Amino acid sequence: MNDRLCLAILCVSVVFLGLVSLCLGEQWSSLHDTLVLPFADPESVSAVITREIRLPRTLIAIIAGISLGVSGAAMQGLLQNPLASPGLVGSASGAALGAVTALYFFAGTWHPQSVPLAGMIGALITTSLVYLLSGRDSSVSTLILAGVAINALAAACLSLLLNLAPSPFAIRELVLWTLGDIADRSLQDVWVMLPCTLLGWLLLTGTGRSLDALTLGERTASSMGINTRKLSWRVFIAVSLCVGAAVATTGMIGFIGLVIPHLLRPFAQYQPSRLLPLAALGGAAMLLAADIAVRLVSLYTDVPVPLKVGVLTALVGAPFFLVLILKSRRDYAR
Amino acid sequence: MKQSTKHTSLNVTQTDVQDMATDTVRIQVQDLTVERGGRAIVDNISFDLMANEMLGLIGPNGAGKSTALACIAGIDSPTSGSVVIDKRDLTSYSSTERARCIAWVEQLGNVHWPLSVERLIMLGRIPHLPRWSKVTDADYAAVENAITEADCQSIRYRKVPTLSGGERARVLLARALAATPSLLFADEPVSALDLGHQLQTMQLLRDYASNQHAVVAVMHDLSLAVRYCHRLALMHEGRLVAVGEPAAVLTNDNIANVYGVSVVTGCDSVPWVIPEHRISTPKS
Repeated sequence: MNDRLCLAILCVSVVFLGLVSLCLGEQWSSLHDTLVLPFADPESVSAVITREIRLPRTLIAIIAGISLGVSGAAMQGLLQNPLASPGLVGSASGAALGAVTALYFFAGTWHPQSVPLAGMIGALITTSLVYLLSGRDSSVSTLILAGVAINALAAACLSLLLNLAPSPFAIRELVLWTLGDIADRSLQDVWVMLPCTLLGWLLLTGTGRSLDALTLGERTASSMGINTRKLSWRVFIAVSLCVGAAVATTGMIGFIGLVIPHLLRPFAQYQPSRLLPLAALGGAAMLLAADIAVRLVSLYTDVPVPLKVGVLTALVGAPFFLVLILKSRRDYAR
Repeated sequence: MKQSTKHTSLNVTQTDVQDMATDTVRIQVQDLTVERGGRAIVDNISFDLMANEMLGLIGPNGAGKSTALACIAGIDSPTSGSVVIDKRDLTSYSSTERARCIAWVEQLGNVHWPLSVERLIMLGRIPHLPRWSKVTDADYAAVENAITEADCQSIRYRKVPTLSGGERARVLLARALAATPSLLFADEPVSALDLGHQLQTMQLLRDYASNQHAVVAVMHDLSLAVRYCHRLALMHEGRLVAVGEPAAVLTNDNIANVYGVSVVTGCDSVPWVIPEHRISTPKS
């Protein structure tokens, strides 16, 4: 299967899963109610449910999925390492810290979008901190070390907040948020995450050929006219922006950025530039599917609490990743 | 035996140095110095590279050959001194301009993803592809040509990790050829190759040094260096000890001083240089 066919299949899956996601909630609604009614009769209950509850959920799943998938592919290309993940840049934990801080101090009392906004600010602060730490002229490994250090710091601050939480209810609230979820979001949340996300995507387009050149190592790539320092900053900032925006809105959703590029790489003939669009659509499809699965579980089983989508992606992603590593060990054997 | 064959016999190879058509200078290296950690790895070297010339850069391990080559290729920046390519200072070239003119083949180059050989060689066209442009027929033609020249036809659909070290070296050379550079710098291009492919690659590099192109190759095999290079540059501890026609550079004295080895040289149908025994630690 070549990459164009794979791209087409992924496009169709995203559209299909998107429609399923729009039709599914506390109960199924018909395709007619979902697609036609919101335009024909905007004030009907079904239209309001589709517009206010299911549409944001679907959009956020697609946007965050694209961000996580494409960022994973870009990071793996930049580091020439199939085990790299977007979490390495530090902005994800920064976003989580920012959002949890907002949740802790003024949950819902100040502004409905205060949590994702604080998450965005957290992501931007950690990105600038990594920038200051590693300096302008840093190599890829310095960048990553700075990212890991900031990650550890953000995790420590998160633990401190949990430690100081006044009641078990507050702790539960904070922990559940970090698990990663896209239920009960509004269109305003989409608007909050959109600017940074689009900027990140924009920065990532056009990096494909440079990432291809990096296949030959940093020195040969620079002999081929690629400014590797500039490239690493560009990818780093792009990933920080779009992953930060995703995490600020949804919480930590793991393994998509790791598994999806790994899974789709053979269809891109292992070429980083071809992998970027595949991983973007693959990420969207996986997050949509996981979010649908979570809703199906609530709909058809007696599980008392709704599952968080981040828990599901980790539960499925981790063993899946193990199998992939075992299967492709041959491919990567040097 | 040793006495009777040295010097004069090596001169046999120099018949076709006169074939070098013009005296156009492609590269002028002036007072190039590279310091790393307070030590001069390349110490004030100067030489010219002519059009249609293949220059062999030789010397013991740690002599600074690879560092000098990387500076001339514009990958590392020298501490002082200058490199002038086609009458323009190398620092005035944009990175794309430089990459279109110069190809550099890394010593023990690595390939990080299991690409197919064909796709890997295609990466060599990157300097010629503006950001949003499509791959053209000219690009495919250059890749086909490189595959044929570097004898990669039989392995073109294999994945790079399944190749042997020598096959990978040929593929990486083909990647550089696909860029159709007018200056080709190869860091130990034949070290990993079998006998047949050593000769094939050396002949390929020498043939490439025509049409106003020029080639610099870092070499350890002195017999091949004498046989295929128009001129040799001998480096020792960062300094350029000698540069010139192979027979003039590879005197027994020079080799003894630099490598600390006495050699037997001669020429039957081809010139040869064989190490005899170690003399002592090399003098500096």
